[in-house]
Amino acid sequence: MAEYKLKTPLEEKDLEKLKIGDQILLSGIIYTARDAAHKKVVDLIEKNEPLPFDMKGAVIYYVGPAPAKPGYAIGSAGPTTSYRMDPYAPILMNHGLKGMIGKGPRSQSVIDSMVKNKAVYLAAVGGAAALIAKSIKKAEIIAYEDLKSEAIRRLEVEDFPCVVANDIYGNDLYKEGTAKYKEE
Amino acid sequence: MREVDVTELTDAVKRMVIESNYYIVDDVSNALKKAYEKETSETGKAILKMIFANHEVSRKEKMPMCQDTGVAVFFVEIGQEIHLVNGNYEDAINEGVRQGYKEGYLRKSMVGDPVIERKNTGDNTPAVIHTRIVRGDKIKIIVAPKGGGSENMSEVRMMKAADGMEGVMDFVVERVSKSGGNPCPPVIVGVGIGGDFEMSAILAKKSLLRNIGERNSNPKYAKVEEELLERINKLGIGPMGLGGKTTALEVFIEYIPCHIASMPVAVNLNCHVARHIKIII
Repeated sequence: MAEYKLKTPLEEKDLEKLKIGDQILLSGIIYTARDAAHKKVVDLIEKNEPLPFDMKGAVIYYVGPAPAKPGYAIGSAGPTTSYRMDPYAPILMNHGLKGMIGKGPRSQSVIDSMVKNKAVYLAAVGGAAALIAKSIKKAEIIAYEDLKSEAIRRLEVEDFPCVVANDIYGNDLYKEGTAKYKEE
Repeated sequence: MREVDVTELTDAVKRMVIESNYYIVDDVSNALKKAYEKETSETGKAILKMIFANHEVSRKEKMPMCQDTGVAVFFVEIGQEIHLVNGNYEDAINEGVRQGYKEGYLRKSMVGDPVIERKNTGDNTPAVIHTRIVRGDKIKIIVAPKGGGSENMSEVRMMKAADGMEGVMDFVVERVSKSGGNPCPPVIVGVGIGGDFEMSAILAKKSLLRNIGERNSNPKYAKVEEELLERINKLGIGPMGLGGKTTALEVFIEYIPCHIASMPVAVNLNCHVARHIKIII
């Protein structure tokens, strides 16, 4: 289990060294999107229309933050459960998405797409939302403001803490971690 | 007859929704610390440490521990000697939710039409309110904001008497096992048995209000709670589902009588934030 600092946009060479269980401190620009925003972005892709942000090398964080208090960049901002984005994730990876941050296991089709597109899934700690907010330095809504907490935000992050849950080699920490500690 | 102005309820609710979201309750905090000592997974330990650090930040900065500040769930007991004045009871609770979620910078997570429109109601109302009329002249209010991640992993199953306690236990373990990392483990497992379809679910949720370590008063059920906790912590799911020995902090069972043909069993999972707070007016 290694520790790495990573910067966005992610490139293939950054991802080749990553193995499940590695602890990551991520810095740079990431984008937020949940169920409703994913649906809208995939609709745009299907209509061949421009996307709200450049998908190449991008990292999407599955989060709907709490409102920011005055003087704060953002409110509490922990991950939401990722499986709800599984129907959309492979389409986004086919368009250049390199990283996803969320919580909970992914479906086999998402894992297969990560191998095919050389992308990773990073697990953030659910319920550690106030702590994670401290690593978010700036937040700006860039699309779908009407979706409120579910709008797409551009976040500037510094040392955002997460763990590699799925690497580009098809390994899955949810399966392997559970198998390792399972007692009969 | 004692008169209580409903604005007292509104004020109490407003404070409670904020406090329950900002501060971890002592029994859960202590259980997490004990779990840390026993945890052997390196990733699991690192996750638990982040959870402790998060409690510190939320307390100091007065921010919600989790961005999912939940659907506001209430269990209220109203003494039958109480006369509520100056407004409607449920409106007063919803007004407290409205004010608390706004002033506490809590996330508004309710949509009006659940299927077609799914438009956010903008103020986290309506609350889910369970009310009982009891003896006396006091009002007991418990609020337990419930996040979507753990709620989505819950289930009601109409079982057969022939399934017996073995069947009940297998169902509970299966539900936790299938949920994996989704409900934000270490979880608290609430089990409601008996009543009818909806009562079993309400009981399961209500059981989550007990303090960690508080066993069912029936020794037979208390033993099942302990056995279930042991079985669940052998699943290997661990903190956030990434592997480890701490999958659940506690299992609570509540039971009530049911129909001769039925054996409803509900499993309601709670995440490690496990918010709940009580007040008596």
